[in-house]
Amino acid sequence: MYSDNILGFETIEKNLKAMAFKRLIYSFISILAILFLLSSGLTIAEENNAGSFQRGLSKFFDYPVDLFKEAFESGWRWYAYVFKYLPDLISTINMAFFSTLFGAIFALLLSLFASKNLIKNQYIVTLSRRTMDILRSFPELVIAMIFLYLMGKSELPAVIAIVIHTAGALGKLFSEAIENADNKPIEGLQSCGASWWQRVRFAVIPQVVPLFISYTLLRLEINVRASTILGFVGAGGIGEALSAVIQFRYGDEIIAIMFLLVITIISLDYFSRFLRGRLIGDNK
Amino acid sequence: MLKIINISKYFDQVKAVNNVSINVENSSMIGIIGRSGAGKSTLLRTINRLTDATSGEILFQNQNILDFKKKDKLEWQKNCAMIFQQFNLVPRLDVLTNVMLGKLNEMSTVRASLKLFTSEERHAALNLLNKFGMMQTALQRAETLSGGQQQRVAICRAMMQDPKLILADEPIASLDPLNARLVMESLRKIHDEQNITVICNLHTLDTAKQYCDRIIGMQNGEIVFDDLPSKLTNQKAREIYGAEADEAFEGTMTSVSLESADFKKTA
Repeated sequence: MYSDNILGFETIEKNLKAMAFKRLIYSFISILAILFLLSSGLTIAEENNAGSFQRGLSKFFDYPVDLFKEAFESGWRWYAYVFKYLPDLISTINMAFFSTLFGAIFALLLSLFASKNLIKNQYIVTLSRRTMDILRSFPELVIAMIFLYLMGKSELPAVIAIVIHTAGALGKLFSEAIENADNKPIEGLQSCGASWWQRVRFAVIPQVVPLFISYTLLRLEINVRASTILGFVGAGGIGEALSAVIQFRYGDEIIAIMFLLVITIISLDYFSRFLRGRLIGDNK
Repeated sequence: MLKIINISKYFDQVKAVNNVSINVENSSMIGIIGRSGAGKSTLLRTINRLTDATSGEILFQNQNILDFKKKDKLEWQKNCAMIFQQFNLVPRLDVLTNVMLGKLNEMSTVRASLKLFTSEERHAALNLLNKFGMMQTALQRAETLSGGQQQRVAICRAMMQDPKLILADEPIASLDPLNARLVMESLRKIHDEQNITVICNLHTLDTAKQYCDRIIGMQNGEIVFDDLPSKLTNQKAREIYGAEADEAFEGTMTSVSLESADFKKTA
């Protein structure tokens, strides 16, 4: 009995070493591959670069320094700009909230049908997954520009674009969370005679809701940035204001808007952490 | 009452359950014993319709429950409560809700979705929890309970279903001896008081002998013994358990008989 164990240990030891060696080789190959991609990428960039990289580098710092100088020179006026752009910011945040909410609802619906442990029909699963792939494969900017062209300049095209992208991106994360959910509670309810929706409602959703919330809050943060960027192409909000002041090179106003955006993202981060803690209540 | 006729379940080439027939005339407490992989779990899962049988019939009150579809199937599952080795509660929901989930089958989709349980349902659930000594945990999350407590909650959920038959798949295999005894006594009590047939997969021999009226031995998916516990000789039991015989006989880990636990060293 005892000697058997020792033999067992030796075999395990040998296998472990073989595994470690294999991992080492794989890591080495991956590092080589990354280095190759990096160097080839840099070479291509260098070849395509019209001007000198070093000259560009010094200019790279000139611009922000100028901006800060202007903001400093404008003195107290700077604070007024913060309030001037507050309504624009609120409109941008509104866009982000609205589109995150609707995107998350669509994502939830899609993800239920894209999870192998909930849907036995392979075709439905594949169809839902490909749908989500398509939805998130186009950047918001592209979709927004198409809708802006079709519908004219307003906030609605931006919202539609973000909803589409969010549904695809969140849907994938949601369905992965669902597939990782513990099957035991689902089976437990199945053995009680609970219907499909009842199993989803009581065995799946309670398990995945913490992940869903944190994914959605993260997406909200991303969508605030996305709706800002969409402002640049005419979707209103703080992005449009930013695009205007950048064109006119109003340094102080640019800094004021940047300040608002950074504050927004930071407070969103705190807000989501607070909300998550409150709703989940087990981050002890 | 329950008639299992030539049930087989194949997974590809593996015959998990092979041509099994069991006839239960009157309500009784039946223990199914056998080594791991003998097909005990698969058999219970086929009865509950968690898995579909490859062939055969299961008659309950003269209806072939394997023919049931959709609503009828769900209603059969409601009538045939199941208890699992890993309890299979919803960990993030409180104990009371977990118990009331046993009533899901009788609830409309809207009422279930909104968690609208009636006060009768709440009372029934609390009464059950009280009966099994779990009342004080009613508002705790199921995941905060110990294994033995969770299993008793699972029994409450099963009873909430008003079942006509209870299947227990290794209910005490992950419990300590004291909790194992509590759970087995609860199952026996349910059988004695309400005359419900209980079919219980057990890993240890002494538990089966102590609590069951009838023992069925399974080996490689087939029934090799089906009789009163007293008729089960040590030699036959050794044959059923094969290489796992020592473990099953001693039952140090999952046995219900605390005092007889005899730690034999086989060094």
